Amino acid sequence: MHTKRIIPCLDVKNGRVVKGINFVDLKDAGDPVAVGAAYDKAGADELVFLDITASSDSRNIVIDMVRKVAETIFIPFTVGGGIRTVDDFKAILREGADKISVNSAAIDNPHLISEAADKFGSQCVVVAIDARRREDGSGWNIFKNGGRIDMGIDAVEWAMKVDKLGAGEILLTSMDCDGTKAGYDIELTRIISENVSVPVIASGGAGTKDHFYDALTVGKADAALAASLFHYKELEIMDLKQHLRDRGLSMRMC
Amino acid sequence: MISILDYDAGNIKSVEKALEYLGEKALITRDKDVILSSDKVILPGVGAFGDAMGKIREYGLDKVIYDFVDSGKPFLGICLGLQLLYKTSEESPEATGLGILDGEILRIPDAPGLKIPQIGWNSLSITPGSKLFKDVPENSYVYFVHSYYLKSRDIKDVAATTDYSVNIHASVERDNVFACQFHPEKSSSVGLQILKNFIEL
Repeated sequence: MHTKRIIPCLDVKNGRVVKGINFVDLKDAGDPVAVGAAYDKAGADELVFLDITASSDSRNIVIDMVRKVAETIFIPFTVGGGIRTVDDFKAILREGADKISVNSAAIDNPHLISEAADKFGSQCVVVAIDARRREDGSGWNIFKNGGRIDMGIDAVEWAMKVDKLGAGEILLTSMDCDGTKAGYDIELTRIISENVSVPVIASGGAGTKDHFYDALTVGKADAALAASLFHYKELEIMDLKQHLRDRGLSMRMC
Repeated sequence: MISILDYDAGNIKSVEKALEYLGEKALITRDKDVILSSDKVILPGVGAFGDAMGKIREYGLDKVIYDFVDSGKPFLGICLGLQLLYKTSEESPEATGLGILDGEILRIPDAPGLKIPQIGWNSLSITPGSKLFKDVPENSYVYFVHSYYLKSRDIKDVAATTDYSVNIHASVERDNVFACQFHPEKSSSVGLQILKNFIEL
């Protein structure tokens, strides 16, 4: 049976794993290789490393991190944050990353999606979408630059466009729900998932095991991502997967 | 020493690193003499069937592969590397593959609620006695990324199957030729066991 995936996300700054609490307080929580290996053992199906370093020399630090991660961790991992060109894709994939996630760069230059998909295959192009509900409640807009700039573009339309351009997966973050622990935005997740042909990873808002269940069933997501919940051991991945399995979902139990 | 064939396919570093992790010397190469003198060869690959065959021919690797396979030493195709062992693929109807094994590479049929490509973990039904799956329990999960799948002509070649829309021949073995549609190098401890079995052949 094809399984639903549980994906921890690791925020990385200057080569160290951190987790932003409301994007302000950053706590140093360790070495990406050690944390990644621990998640592999703990039953994570994939990993996402999100580089939040805002300096120009971050590229080399990220590449160095990818090289070290790929030497010891044998589950798929995605690298995102600050990747802007096909050459960036190449440099990071070459060191052993499986997928690259792009967000602002894809908004600025949608052609990057098709170019990278042609060159490296759709399977390694993840388009990350940060979406927030419009004030009039009529739908969701996408944001760029870490949620700072409202693009005034409808999230469903954008998701359909990136699907057509050759994205292999969509990593969908609800800015409304992110950090609330009140559950994923099920309505958003579902409408995007129903309108694209590629897998959707739900992100933002997980607080309980049943939040994952809802995203993976009602929300029709193929995978669910969380960060602090796993990071601070509020939820053990295998307990979560056992719970989802007990409720009838197909999960990889290792 | 295991040669990993270098024909510009993406992400072949992971295969190398997994072999090194298991204590095996691995070399990413397209040097004919190096390849033919190695103990085993792995044909990795992601991307499109036609492009990959174009590159393999451009580098003269097709003949090297035939020679290596004829030598009787163990050969392993991974992902697209499995598909390339067959003659044709629905992905690139104009292209001709290696034709070492007999079967069809077909597009995964659409089915309600199923996304294509299949991206993620799926369980294996293992043919008893398969060398690659020694000490791998039935229903073990491995990681797949693919839009096309193998339907082997000879069912005796099939070492493992999985279900995704249709029954997929996920791994084959015939004499010294082995192949997996999934990525053992990305399949955690199960995948490492499969690579270990290949190393120990």
